[in-house]
Amino acid sequence: MALDKPYKGVPGTTIFDAEQARKGYHLNQFCMSLMKAENRERFKANERAYLDEWPMSEEQKQAVLARDLNRCIELGGNIYFLAKIGATDGRSFQFMAASMTGMTQEEYAKMMLQGGRAPGSPVRDPREKQ
Amino acid sequence: MARITASVYTSHVPAIGAALDLGKSGEDYWKPLFAGYEPSKAWFKDNTPDVIFLVYNDHATAFSLDMIPTFAIGCAAEYKPADEGWGPRPVPVVKGHSELASHIAQSVIQDDFDLTIVNRMDVDHGLTVPLSLICGQVAQWPCPVIPFAVNVVQYPVPSGRRCFNLGRAIRKAVSLYDEPLKVQIWGTGGMSHQLQGPRAGLINREWDKRFLDRLIAEPDKLADVPHLEYVQEAGSEGIELVMWLIARGAMSDQPPRVARRFYHVPASNTAVGHLILENSQ
Repeated sequence: MALDKPYKGVPGTTIFDAEQARKGYHLNQFCMSLMKAENRERFKANERAYLDEWPMSEEQKQAVLARDLNRCIELGGNIYFLAKIGATDGRSFQFMAASMTGMTQEEYAKMMLQGGRAPGSPVRDPREKQ
Repeated sequence: MARITASVYTSHVPAIGAALDLGKSGEDYWKPLFAGYEPSKAWFKDNTPDVIFLVYNDHATAFSLDMIPTFAIGCAAEYKPADEGWGPRPVPVVKGHSELASHIAQSVIQDDFDLTIVNRMDVDHGLTVPLSLICGQVAQWPCPVIPFAVNVVQYPVPSGRRCFNLGRAIRKAVSLYDEPLKVQIWGTGGMSHQLQGPRAGLINREWDKRFLDRLIAEPDKLADVPHLEYVQEAGSEGIELVMWLIARGAMSDQPPRVARRFYHVPASNTAVGHLILENSQ
């Protein structure tokens, strides 16, 4: 009997469950390391070399280098951990959120000011072809 | 005997802390939000408790993926504001109440809620932003705080029903404490928001308002709402709202007095909801 995971059907949403957490353990712990200023400096000086210190998959490293947060999430990343990459980059959380929706930061900020994304409104993955 | 006098519910958006710390609370964007908390600050001045039992969640700050306690109670003498990657918030160190916290841990664990006891921990915006909103920008917090961290980051998080029943066990534990302390219990997080994936930015005013209505009037029924409904209707991070049920479960079974109700969209990516419920004497 498989476990019941009804949340798999929610559009544009990946629930960070035990399976995702297992896949993303090293990716998320890499993010966690960016809480320390000295690690942020080392990462910024040579991202690839810093990532190679972690037993992450090549796909995970590429997703981090590309700052493709949707891909990071697919590969087991959790947004609270991934947010530490954005903080290292000096990006606002709204910038990161917008990047996952296919909107510019301005478009996204405007949507929030107008009351946010309405329930049931269309969801578009920015990686899909228009 | 100690008793729970009131419960406070509020969102704990990090940008609210940043706005306060950077002196931006008077900007047009933030004004309506902070204005909404002015009556609550006045209420708190008149109703300062001896201890706040503060239910919140850690956001990959004190707890990484190395250890993920479902329920963690702080029994330490003090807690430092955490460095979340931008330096610690310039707010006072949080003083704990080890005696009451240890008493509650002993009672609640014997009632079958397997708490993790934490004697060393930094506290992040989940705990300090509610304190700033209700207590204001102060040189020291007005009373000791017992931090109670709930895992709402890695699924499955505890169910609404379990949270509500845990609140009841906390109520009993407080009532069995010998000192005549006035205790407030705060439930934080929410309301609707989704911070991840192509659906980021979700806000659901109707669902949020109904949640507030039901939290006041029929919390026992609200506790039956399944995880899936929170995720679908309030967004993947809206599931933080189960923490409000811990505070509500700790209140008396008699209908509460609504001392404050406030709702505002947006604070950054989030719908902000706020209630103060008083127990009748």
